[in-house]
Amino acid sequence: MRGQEARDQAERKAAMATLAQSSGDDIVRLWNEAGLPSQAELLRGPETGLVTLRGRIGGGGAPFNVGEATVTRATVRLPSGQVGHCYALGRDKQKAKLAAIADALWQDPARRAEIETRLIVPLRSALATAQEKRRAETAATKVDFFTMVRGED
Amino acid sequence: MYVAVKGGEAAIANAHSLLADRRRGDRSVPALRLDQIVEQLALGVDRVMSEGSLYDRELAALAIVQARGDMIEAIFLVRAYRTTLPRFGYSKPIDTGAMLVERRVSATYKDLPGGQLLGPTFDYTHRLLDPELAAGADVAEPLQRETEAQAMPRVSAILAREGLIEPDGEMPQDHVPGDITREPLEFPMARDIRLQALSRGDEGFLLALGYSTQRGYARNHPFVGEIRIGEVELELDVPELPFAAPLGTVRVTECQMVNQFKGSAKAPPQFTRGYGLVFGQSERKAMAMALCDRALRASELGEDIVAAAQDEEFVISHSDNVQATGFVEHLKLPHYVDFQAELDLVRRMRAEYEARENPTRVEEKREAAE
Repeated sequence: MRGQEARDQAERKAAMATLAQSSGDDIVRLWNEAGLPSQAELLRGPETGLVTLRGRIGGGGAPFNVGEATVTRATVRLPSGQVGHCYALGRDKQKAKLAAIADALWQDPARRAEIETRLIVPLRSALATAQEKRRAETAATKVDFFTMVRGED
Repeated sequence: MYVAVKGGEAAIANAHSLLADRRRGDRSVPALRLDQIVEQLALGVDRVMSEGSLYDRELAALAIVQARGDMIEAIFLVRAYRTTLPRFGYSKPIDTGAMLVERRVSATYKDLPGGQLLGPTFDYTHRLLDPELAAGADVAEPLQRETEAQAMPRVSAILAREGLIEPDGEMPQDHVPGDITREPLEFPMARDIRLQALSRGDEGFLLALGYSTQRGYARNHPFVGEIRIGEVELELDVPELPFAAPLGTVRVTECQMVNQFKGSAKAPPQFTRGYGLVFGQSERKAMAMALCDRALRASELGEDIVAAAQDEEFVISHSDNVQATGFVEHLKLPHYVDFQAELDLVRRMRAEYEARENPTRVEEKREAAE
Protein backbone atom coordinates (compact mmCIF):
# COMPACT_ATOMS: atom_id res chain seq x y z
CA MET A 1 0.00 0.00 0.00
CA ARG A 2 2.76 2.43 0.98
CA GLY A 3 4.68 1.31 -2.08
CA GLN A 4 1.68 2.05 -4.30
CA GLU A 5 1.23 5.46 -2.69
CA ALA A 6 4.89 6.34 -3.23
CA ARG A 7 4.65 5.25 -6.87
CA ASP A 8 1.52 7.37 -7.37
CA GLN A 9 3.23 10.38 -5.86
CA ALA A 10 6.30 9.91 -8.05
CA GLU A 11 4.10 9.64 -11.16
CA ARG A 12 2.06 12.68 -10.19
CA LYS A 13 5.23 14.68 -9.59
CA ALA A 14 6.64 13.55 -12.93
CA ALA A 15 3.43 14.68 -14.68
CA MET A 16 3.60 18.06 -12.92
CA ALA A 17 7.27 18.43 -13.92
CA THR A 18 6.39 17.73 -17.55
CA LEU A 19 3.62 20.34 -17.45
CA ALA A 20 5.90 22.90 -15.78
CA GLN A 21 8.62 22.43 -18.39
CA SER A 22 6.30 22.51 -21.41
CA SER A 23 5.26 25.69 -23.20
CA GLY A 24 1.78 27.07 -22.69
CA ASP A 25 1.17 26.86 -26.45
CA ASP A 26 1.89 23.12 -26.54
CA ILE A 27 -0.38 22.49 -23.57
CA VAL A 28 -3.27 24.48 -25.10
CA ARG A 29 -2.90 22.72 -28.45
CA LEU A 30 -2.95 19.21 -26.96
CA TRP A 31 -5.72 20.22 -24.58
CA ASN A 32 -7.96 21.28 -27.47
CA GLU A 33 -7.06 18.28 -29.61
CA ALA A 34 -7.98 15.93 -26.76
CA GLY A 35 -11.12 17.91 -25.94
CA LEU A 36 -10.24 18.01 -22.24
CA PRO A 37 -12.65 19.86 -19.94
CA SER A 38 -11.52 23.28 -18.74
CA GLN A 39 -14.35 23.90 -16.27
CA ALA A 40 -13.00 24.15 -12.76
CA GLU A 41 -13.43 26.37 -9.74
CA LEU A 42 -10.38 28.55 -9.16
CA LEU A 43 -9.46 28.27 -5.49
CA ARG A 44 -6.31 30.37 -5.84
CA GLY A 45 -4.76 32.38 -8.62
CA PRO A 46 -3.57 32.06 -11.23
CA GLU A 47 -1.09 34.49 -9.67
CA THR A 48 2.52 35.39 -10.31
CA GLY A 49 5.12 35.74 -7.58
CA LEU A 50 8.77 35.12 -6.84
CA VAL A 51 10.74 32.09 -5.78
CA THR A 52 14.26 32.70 -4.51
CA LEU A 53 16.58 30.26 -6.20
CA ARG A 54 19.16 28.57 -4.01
CA GLY A 55 22.51 27.11 -4.91
CA ARG A 56 25.16 25.41 -2.80
CA ILE A 57 28.59 26.81 -1.95
CA GLY A 58 31.15 24.96 -4.05
CA GLY A 59 28.31 23.05 -5.75
CA GLY A 60 27.58 20.69 -2.86
CA GLY A 61 28.08 22.71 0.34
CA ALA A 62 25.82 24.95 2.41
CA PRO A 63 22.86 26.58 0.61
CA PHE A 64 22.93 30.25 -0.40
CA ASN A 65 20.45 32.51 -2.20
CA VAL A 66 21.34 33.21 -5.82
CA GLY A 67 18.46 35.36 -7.05
CA GLU A 68 14.76 35.28 -7.77
CA ALA A 69 12.65 33.80 -10.55
CA THR A 70 9.08 34.55 -11.60
CA VAL A 71 6.71 31.68 -10.85
CA THR A 72 2.98 31.43 -11.56
CA ARG A 73 0.72 29.20 -9.50
CA ALA A 74 -2.89 28.10 -9.56
CA THR A 75 -5.14 25.83 -7.51
CA VAL A 76 -8.43 24.52 -8.89
CA ARG A 77 -11.28 22.23 -7.81
CA LEU A 78 -13.13 20.07 -10.31
CA PRO A 79 -16.91 19.58 -10.18
CA SER A 80 -16.06 15.99 -9.14
CA GLY A 81 -14.14 17.31 -6.11
CA GLN A 82 -10.47 16.74 -6.97
CA VAL A 83 -8.15 19.63 -6.14
CA GLY A 84 -5.19 20.25 -8.46
CA HIS A 85 -2.16 22.50 -8.18
CA CYS A 86 0.40 24.03 -10.49
CA TYR A 87 3.60 25.93 -9.87
CA ALA A 88 5.59 26.84 -12.99
CA LEU A 89 8.41 29.22 -13.87
CA GLY A 90 7.34 32.25 -15.86
CA ARG A 91 4.19 34.36 -16.00
CA ASP A 92 1.85 32.25 -18.15
CA LYS A 93 -1.45 32.28 -16.25
CA GLN A 94 -3.39 30.26 -18.81
CA LYS A 95 -0.74 27.53 -18.63
CA ALA A 96 -0.82 27.51 -14.81
CA LYS A 97 -4.61 27.14 -14.78
CA LEU A 98 -4.66 24.32 -17.35
CA ALA A 99 -1.78 22.53 -15.61
CA ALA A 100 -3.66 22.73 -12.29
CA ILE A 101 -6.77 21.27 -13.95
CA ALA A 102 -4.61 18.55 -15.49
CA ASP A 103 -3.21 17.75 -12.03
CA ALA A 104 -6.76 17.50 -10.63
CA LEU A 105 -7.93 15.30 -13.52
CA TRP A 106 -4.84 13.13 -13.08
CA GLN A 107 -5.93 12.38 -9.50
CA ASP A 108 -9.31 11.10 -10.73
CA PRO A 109 -8.69 7.38 -11.36
CA ALA A 110 -11.27 7.49 -14.17
CA ARG A 111 -9.40 10.27 -16.02
CA ARG A 112 -5.76 9.48 -15.25
CA ALA A 113 -5.09 7.30 -18.30
CA GLU A 114 -6.62 9.89 -20.61
CA ILE A 115 -4.48 12.71 -19.14
CA GLU A 116 -1.37 10.56 -19.38
CA THR A 117 -1.87 9.39 -22.97
CA ARG A 118 -3.40 12.52 -24.51
CA LEU A 119 -1.40 15.18 -22.66
CA ILE A 120 1.58 14.06 -20.57
CA VAL A 121 3.05 11.43 -22.92
CA PRO A 122 3.15 13.69 -26.01
CA LEU A 123 4.54 16.62 -23.97
CA ARG A 124 7.17 14.41 -22.39
CA SER A 125 8.21 12.97 -25.72
CA ALA A 126 8.57 16.48 -27.25
CA LEU A 127 10.72 17.54 -24.27
CA ALA A 128 12.83 14.39 -24.55
CA THR A 129 13.38 14.98 -28.30
CA ALA A 130 14.46 18.57 -27.69
CA GLN A 131 16.75 17.48 -24.85
CA GLU A 132 18.31 14.72 -26.94
CA LYS A 133 18.94 17.17 -29.80
CA ARG A 134 20.65 19.59 -27.39
CA ARG A 135 22.75 16.78 -25.95
CA ALA A 136 23.82 15.59 -29.41
CA GLU A 137 24.67 19.14 -30.54
CA THR A 138 26.79 19.63 -27.41
CA ALA A 139 28.42 16.21 -27.92
CA ALA A 140 29.57 17.32 -31.38
CA THR A 141 31.70 19.99 -29.64
CA LYS A 142 33.50 17.45 -27.46
CA VAL A 143 37.27 17.64 -27.72
CA ASP A 144 38.95 14.43 -28.87
CA PHE A 145 42.57 14.73 -27.80
CA PHE A 146 45.18 12.89 -29.81
CA THR A 147 48.93 12.57 -29.42
CA MET A 148 51.23 13.99 -32.06
CA VAL A 149 54.10 11.66 -32.88
CA ARG A 150 57.21 13.79 -32.94
CA GLY A 151 60.52 13.03 -34.60
CA GLU A 152 61.18 10.09 -36.93
CA ASP A 153 60.80 6.34 -36.49
CA MET B 1 12.39 81.92 5.06
CA TYR B 2 11.71 78.77 3.00
CA VAL B 3 10.47 79.30 -0.54
CA ALA B 4 9.14 76.23 -2.33
CA VAL B 5 9.89 76.21 -6.03
CA LYS B 6 7.83 74.31 -8.53
CA GLY B 7 8.24 73.94 -12.23
CA GLY B 8 9.41 71.71 -15.00
CA GLU B 9 6.30 69.54 -15.20
CA ALA B 10 5.71 70.31 -18.85
CA ALA B 11 9.42 69.96 -19.59
CA ILE B 12 9.51 66.55 -17.91
CA ALA B 13 6.43 65.30 -19.76
CA ASN B 14 7.84 66.48 -23.08
CA ALA B 15 11.25 64.97 -22.32
CA HIS B 16 9.59 61.60 -21.70
CA SER B 17 7.67 61.70 -24.97
CA LEU B 18 10.90 62.69 -26.73
CA LEU B 19 12.55 59.69 -25.06
CA ALA B 20 9.76 57.43 -26.38
CA ASP B 21 10.30 58.82 -29.87
CA ARG B 22 14.09 58.41 -29.82
CA ARG B 23 13.74 54.93 -28.34
CA ARG B 24 11.57 53.92 -31.31
CA GLY B 25 13.95 55.65 -33.74
CA ASP B 26 13.35 55.72 -37.51
CA ARG B 27 9.78 54.47 -38.07
CA SER B 28 10.72 52.95 -41.41
CA VAL B 29 12.87 50.42 -39.49
CA PRO B 30 10.74 47.56 -38.06
CA ALA B 31 10.22 47.68 -34.28
CA LEU B 32 12.11 45.05 -32.28
CA ARG B 33 10.05 42.19 -30.90
CA LEU B 34 10.86 40.71 -27.49
CA ASP B 35 11.33 37.23 -28.94
CA GLN B 36 14.01 38.62 -31.28
CA ILE B 37 15.89 39.99 -28.29
CA VAL B 38 15.47 36.79 -26.27
CA GLU B 39 16.72 34.67 -29.18
CA GLN B 40 19.39 36.88 -30.74
CA LEU B 41 20.73 39.00 -27.87
CA ALA B 42 20.56 36.11 -25.42
CA LEU B 43 23.71 36.92 -23.47
CA GLY B 44 22.58 40.52 -22.93
CA VAL B 45 19.28 39.11 -21.63
CA ASP B 46 21.24 36.80 -19.34
CA ARG B 47 23.26 39.68 -17.94
CA VAL B 48 20.11 41.65 -17.14
CA MET B 49 18.59 38.57 -15.47
CA SER B 50 21.70 37.94 -13.40
CA GLU B 51 22.37 41.49 -12.21
CA GLY B 52 18.66 42.32 -12.05
CA SER B 53 18.49 39.19 -9.88
CA LEU B 54 15.32 38.01 -11.60
CA TYR B 55 15.12 34.98 -13.85
CA ASP B 56 12.59 35.89 -16.55
CA ARG B 57 13.78 36.22 -20.14
CA GLU B 58 10.82 38.17 -21.53
CA LEU B 59 10.96 40.74 -18.73
CA ALA B 60 14.70 41.18 -19.21
CA ALA B 61 14.16 41.63 -22.97
CA LEU B 62 11.45 44.22 -22.31
CA ALA B 63 13.78 46.03 -19.93
CA ILE B 64 16.53 46.10 -22.58
CA VAL B 65 14.21 47.67 -25.18
CA GLN B 66 12.73 50.12 -22.70
CA ALA B 67 16.23 51.16 -21.63
CA ARG B 68 17.36 51.59 -25.28
CA GLY B 69 20.03 48.96 -24.67
CA ASP B 70 21.45 50.68 -21.56
CA MET B 71 22.18 47.58 -19.51
CA ILE B 72 22.38 49.20 -16.08
CA GLU B 73 19.11 51.06 -16.70
CA ALA B 74 17.56 47.72 -17.78
CA ILE B 75 18.86 46.04 -14.62
CA PHE B 76 17.37 48.90 -12.59
CA LEU B 77 13.96 48.36 -14.26
CA VAL B 78 14.04 44.65 -13.47
CA ARG B 79 15.02 45.27 -9.84
CA ALA B 80 12.15 47.73 -9.48
CA TYR B 81 9.68 45.27 -11.01
CA ARG B 82 10.58 42.43 -8.67
CA THR B 83 9.64 44.51 -5.64
CA THR B 84 6.02 44.48 -6.91
CA LEU B 85 5.64 40.69 -6.67
CA PRO B 86 4.76 38.57 -3.63
CA ARG B 87 7.26 35.93 -2.53
CA PHE B 88 6.25 32.26 -2.68
CA GLY B 89 9.35 30.87 -0.98
CA TYR B 90 12.91 29.61 -1.29
CA SER B 91 13.66 26.84 -3.78
CA LYS B 92 15.44 23.65 -2.85
CA PRO B 93 19.16 24.07 -3.63
CA ILE B 94 19.82 23.27 -7.27
CA ASP B 95 22.03 20.30 -8.12
CA THR B 96 24.59 21.45 -10.68
CA GLY B 97 25.96 17.89 -10.83
CA ALA B 98 22.69 16.81 -12.49
CA MET B 99 22.81 19.62 -15.06
CA LEU B 100 21.88 19.09 -18.71
CA VAL B 101 25.29 20.37 -19.75
CA GLU B 102 25.64 22.65 -22.80
CA ARG B 103 29.26 23.56 -22.15
CA ARG B 104 31.79 22.13 -19.76
CA VAL B 105 35.52 22.77 -19.72
CA SER B 106 38.28 22.17 -17.22
CA ALA B 107 41.73 23.76 -17.30
CA THR B 108 43.08 21.33 -14.68
CA TYR B 109 42.27 17.92 -16.20
CA LYS B 110 42.48 17.01 -19.85
CA ASP B 111 40.65 13.70 -19.56
CA LEU B 112 37.79 13.78 -17.15
CA PRO B 113 34.52 11.82 -17.00
CA GLY B 114 32.13 13.40 -19.50
CA GLY B 115 34.98 15.11 -21.35
CA GLN B 116 35.60 18.67 -22.45
CA LEU B 117 32.53 20.06 -24.19
CA LEU B 118 33.13 23.42 -25.83
CA GLY B 119 29.49 24.25 -26.50
CA PRO B 120 28.48 27.59 -28.05
CA THR B 121 31.64 29.52 -27.12
CA PHE B 122 33.44 32.62 -28.41
CA ASP B 123 36.74 30.97 -27.46
CA TYR B 124 38.97 30.17 -30.45
CA THR B 125 37.04 32.54 -32.73
CA HIS B 126 39.28 35.04 -34.51
CA ARG B 127 37.33 38.09 -33.37
CA LEU B 128 36.97 39.29 -36.93
CA LEU B 129 33.77 41.14 -37.75
CA ASP B 130 31.60 39.04 -40.02
CA PRO B 131 30.10 40.89 -43.00
CA GLU B 132 27.91 37.87 -43.82
CA LEU B 133 26.09 38.36 -40.54
CA ALA B 134 25.40 41.97 -41.55
CA ALA B 135 23.94 40.71 -44.81
CA GLY B 136 21.63 38.33 -42.91
CA ALA B 137 23.01 35.11 -44.42
CA ASP B 138 21.32 31.81 -43.54
CA VAL B 139 22.94 29.81 -40.75
CA ALA B 140 23.45 26.05 -41.07
CA GLU B 141 22.02 23.67 -38.47
CA PRO B 142 24.70 22.58 -35.97
CA LEU B 143 26.18 19.09 -36.25
CA GLN B 144 25.03 16.36 -33.92
CA ARG B 145 26.95 13.43 -32.54
CA GLU B 146 25.29 10.34 -31.17
CA THR B 147 26.60 9.44 -27.73
CA GLU B 148 25.48 7.65 -24.65
CA ALA B 149 24.38 10.07 -21.94
CA GLN B 150 27.40 10.23 -19.63
CA ALA B 151 27.51 11.25 -15.99
CA MET B 152 29.47 14.47 -15.52
CA PRO B 153 30.63 14.72 -11.91
CA ARG B 154 31.89 18.12 -10.80
CA VAL B 155 35.69 18.39 -11.04
CA SER B 156 35.83 19.34 -7.36
CA ALA B 157 34.54 15.84 -6.55
CA ILE B 158 37.40 14.29 -8.56
CA LEU B 159 40.03 16.42 -6.80
CA ALA B 160 38.52 15.68 -3.42
CA ARG B 161 39.50 12.00 -3.72
CA GLU B 162 43.16 12.91 -3.21
CA GLY B 163 42.41 14.95 -0.11
CA LEU B 164 44.48 17.86 -1.37
CA ILE B 165 41.56 20.21 -1.83
CA GLU B 166 39.24 21.73 0.70
CA PRO B 167 35.64 20.42 0.69
CA ASP B 168 32.61 22.36 -0.62
CA GLY B 169 31.95 25.29 1.69
CA GLU B 170 30.02 24.22 4.77
CA MET B 171 28.24 26.45 7.28
CA PRO B 172 27.30 25.55 10.89
CA GLN B 173 24.47 22.99 11.12
CA ASP B 174 21.80 25.46 12.30
CA HIS B 175 22.80 28.24 9.89
CA VAL B 176 19.89 29.74 7.94
CA PRO B 177 21.04 31.18 4.59
CA GLY B 178 21.08 34.99 4.83
CA ASP B 179 19.09 37.06 2.35
CA ILE B 180 20.26 40.56 1.39
CA THR B 181 16.83 41.32 -0.09
CA ARG B 182 15.33 40.98 3.40
CA GLU B 183 18.01 42.21 5.80
CA PRO B 184 20.45 45.11 5.49
CA LEU B 185 24.12 44.29 4.88
CA GLU B 186 26.25 43.85 8.00
CA PHE B 187 30.00 43.40 8.12
CA PRO B 188 31.72 41.08 8.58
CA MET B 189 29.32 38.81 6.69
CA ALA B 190 29.07 35.05 6.22
CA ARG B 191 30.20 33.54 2.91
CA ASP B 192 26.65 32.62 1.85
CA ILE B 193 25.53 36.26 2.03
CA ARG B 194 28.66 37.41 0.21
CA LEU B 195 27.93 34.95 -2.60
CA GLN B 196 24.38 36.29 -2.96
CA ALA B 197 25.74 39.83 -3.29
CA LEU B 198 28.44 38.73 -5.76
CA SER B 199 25.95 36.80 -7.92
CA ARG B 200 23.95 40.00 -8.56
CA GLY B 201 27.06 42.22 -8.54
CA ASP B 202 28.20 44.30 -11.50
CA GLU B 203 30.13 42.23 -14.02
CA GLY B 204 32.58 45.02 -14.86
CA PHE B 205 33.37 45.76 -11.22
CA LEU B 206 33.92 42.11 -10.31
CA LEU B 207 35.91 41.54 -13.50
CA ALA B 208 38.26 44.41 -12.65
CA LEU B 209 38.71 43.16 -9.08
CA GLY B 210 39.29 39.59 -10.25
CA TYR B 211 41.85 40.92 -12.73
CA SER B 212 43.57 42.89 -9.97
CA THR B 213 44.11 39.65 -8.01
CA GLN B 214 45.79 38.10 -11.07
CA ARG B 215 48.06 41.14 -11.45
CA GLY B 216 49.38 40.71 -7.94
CA TYR B 217 46.98 42.59 -5.66
CA ALA B 218 46.16 39.63 -3.41
CA ARG B 219 47.54 37.05 -5.79
CA ASN B 220 45.89 33.68 -5.31
CA HIS B 221 47.17 31.42 -8.13
CA PRO B 222 43.88 30.41 -9.71
CA PHE B 223 43.06 27.58 -12.11
CA VAL B 224 39.68 27.00 -13.66
CA GLY B 225 38.84 23.64 -12.14
CA GLU B 226 35.64 23.68 -14.13
CA ILE B 227 33.12 25.85 -15.88
CA ARG B 228 29.77 24.34 -16.71
CA ILE B 229 26.75 25.89 -18.34
CA GLY B 230 23.38 24.24 -18.72
CA GLU B 231 19.91 23.69 -17.38
CA VAL B 232 19.04 22.51 -13.90
CA GLU B 233 15.68 21.59 -12.46
CA LEU B 234 14.13 23.80 -9.84
CA GLU B 235 11.88 22.58 -7.01
CA LEU B 236 9.93 24.30 -4.26
CA ASP B 237 8.60 22.79 -1.03
CA VAL B 238 4.96 23.82 -0.61
CA PRO B 239 2.52 22.81 2.13
CA GLU B 240 -0.24 21.72 -0.27
CA LEU B 241 1.80 18.96 -1.90
CA PRO B 242 3.33 15.85 -0.32
CA PHE B 243 6.44 16.32 -2.49
CA ALA B 244 8.47 19.29 -3.74
CA ALA B 245 6.67 21.12 -6.55
CA PRO B 246 8.67 20.92 -9.81
CA LEU B 247 8.91 24.43 -11.28
CA GLY B 248 10.73 23.78 -14.55
CA THR B 249 14.34 24.36 -15.54
CA VAL B 250 16.70 27.35 -15.44
CA ARG B 251 20.01 27.88 -17.20
CA VAL B 252 22.95 28.73 -14.96
CA THR B 253 26.72 29.07 -15.24
CA GLU B 254 28.93 27.58 -12.54
CA CYS B 255 32.65 28.22 -12.08
CA GLN B 256 34.86 26.23 -9.74
CA MET B 257 38.11 28.10 -9.30
CA VAL B 258 40.94 26.11 -7.71
CA ASN B 259 43.69 28.05 -5.99
CA GLN B 260 47.09 26.94 -4.80
CA PHE B 261 47.54 27.81 -1.14
CA LYS B 262 50.82 27.48 0.69
CA GLY B 263 49.22 27.25 4.08
CA SER B 264 48.88 29.59 7.04
CA ALA B 265 48.53 29.43 10.81
CA LYS B 266 44.86 28.56 10.20
CA ALA B 267 45.04 26.01 7.38
CA PRO B 268 47.56 23.49 5.92
CA PRO B 269 48.94 23.73 2.36
CA GLN B 270 46.24 22.58 -0.06
CA PHE B 271 44.10 23.75 -2.94
CA THR B 272 41.49 26.22 -1.80
CA ARG B 273 38.46 27.22 -3.83
CA GLY B 274 36.44 30.12 -5.09
CA TYR B 275 32.89 29.61 -6.33
CA GLY B 276 30.78 31.35 -8.93
CA LEU B 277 27.12 30.69 -9.79
CA VAL B 278 25.23 33.03 -12.08
CA PHE B 279 21.92 33.05 -13.99
CA GLY B 280 22.10 32.28 -17.70
CA GLN B 281 25.19 31.85 -19.84
CA SER B 282 27.47 34.31 -18.07
CA GLU B 283 30.91 32.75 -18.05
CA ARG B 284 33.05 35.87 -17.54
CA LYS B 285 30.86 36.92 -14.63
CA ALA B 286 30.97 33.47 -13.00
CA MET B 287 34.78 33.45 -13.26
CA ALA B 288 35.10 36.96 -11.83
CA MET B 289 32.72 36.01 -9.02
CA ALA B 290 34.81 32.95 -8.17
CA LEU B 291 38.04 35.00 -8.09
CA CYS B 292 36.41 37.57 -5.80
CA ASP B 293 34.87 34.87 -3.57
CA ARG B 294 38.32 33.37 -3.04
CA ALA B 295 40.00 36.74 -2.41
CA LEU B 296 37.30 37.63 0.13
CA ARG B 297 38.02 34.48 2.12
CA ALA B 298 41.37 35.97 3.22
CA SER B 299 40.58 36.32 6.90
CA GLU B 300 38.91 32.87 7.05
CA LEU B 301 42.15 31.36 5.67
CA GLY B 302 44.50 33.49 7.77
CA GLU B 303 45.88 35.57 4.89
CA ASP B 304 46.98 39.20 5.24
CA ILE B 305 44.46 41.67 3.87
CA VAL B 306 46.55 43.87 1.63
CA ALA B 307 44.41 44.60 -1.45
CA ALA B 308 41.01 45.98 -2.44
CA ALA B 309 39.69 42.61 -3.67
CA GLN B 310 40.14 41.15 -0.15
CA ASP B 311 38.31 43.98 1.59
CA GLU B 312 34.81 42.64 2.13
CA GLU B 313 33.21 45.94 3.04
CA PHE B 314 34.79 47.69 0.07
CA VAL B 315 33.86 44.97 -2.46
CA ILE B 316 30.35 44.16 -1.33
CA SER B 317 29.34 47.77 -0.62
CA HIS B 318 30.29 48.80 -4.16
CA SER B 319 29.40 45.74 -6.21
CA ASP B 320 25.73 46.59 -6.76
CA ASN B 321 25.41 48.71 -9.90
CA VAL B 322 21.85 49.81 -9.12
CA GLN B 323 22.96 51.31 -5.81
CA ALA B 324 26.07 52.75 -7.44
CA THR B 325 24.21 54.35 -10.32
CA GLY B 326 21.58 55.74 -7.97
CA PHE B 327 24.11 57.57 -5.86
CA VAL B 328 26.31 58.74 -8.71
CA GLU B 329 23.39 59.83 -10.89
CA HIS B 330 21.57 61.67 -8.14
CA LEU B 331 24.29 64.31 -8.44
CA LYS B 332 22.66 65.64 -11.60
CA LEU B 333 19.35 66.36 -9.87
CA PRO B 334 18.72 69.93 -8.66
CA HIS B 335 20.96 70.89 -5.76
CA TYR B 336 20.26 74.62 -6.06
CA VAL B 337 19.77 75.30 -2.36
CA ASP B 338 22.74 73.18 -1.27
CA PHE B 339 24.87 74.93 -3.83
CA GLN B 340 23.71 78.40 -2.76
CA ALA B 341 24.69 77.57 0.82
CA GLU B 342 28.09 76.31 -0.35
CA LEU B 343 28.58 79.37 -2.54
CA ASP B 344 27.90 81.64 0.41
CA LEU B 345 30.33 79.65 2.57
CA VAL B 346 33.11 79.74 -0.03
CA ARG B 347 32.62 83.53 -0.52
CA ARG B 348 33.03 84.11 3.20
CA MET B 349 36.06 81.83 3.46
CA ARG B 350 37.65 83.56 0.48
CA ALA B 351 37.05 87.00 2.05
CA GLU B 352 38.62 85.85 5.31
CA TYR B 353 41.55 84.35 3.44
CA GLU B 354 42.18 87.56 1.53
CA ALA B 355 41.87 89.65 4.67
CA ARG B 356 44.51 87.46 6.29
CA GLU B 357 46.94 87.29 3.35
CA ASN B 358 46.61 90.83 2.06
CA PRO B 359 45.27 93.15 4.73
CA THR B 360 46.31 96.38 2.94
CA ARG B 361 44.60 95.53 -0.36
CA VAL B 362 41.40 94.71 1.43
CA GLU B 363 41.72 98.01 3.24
CA GLU B 364 42.24 99.86 -0.07
CA LYS B 365 39.28 98.09 -1.64
CA ARG B 366 37.06 99.10 1.23
CA GLU B 367 38.17 102.69 1.00
CA ALA B 368 37.61 102.72 -2.74
CA ALA B 369 34.15 101.32 -2.23
CA GLU B 370 33.35 104.03 0.28
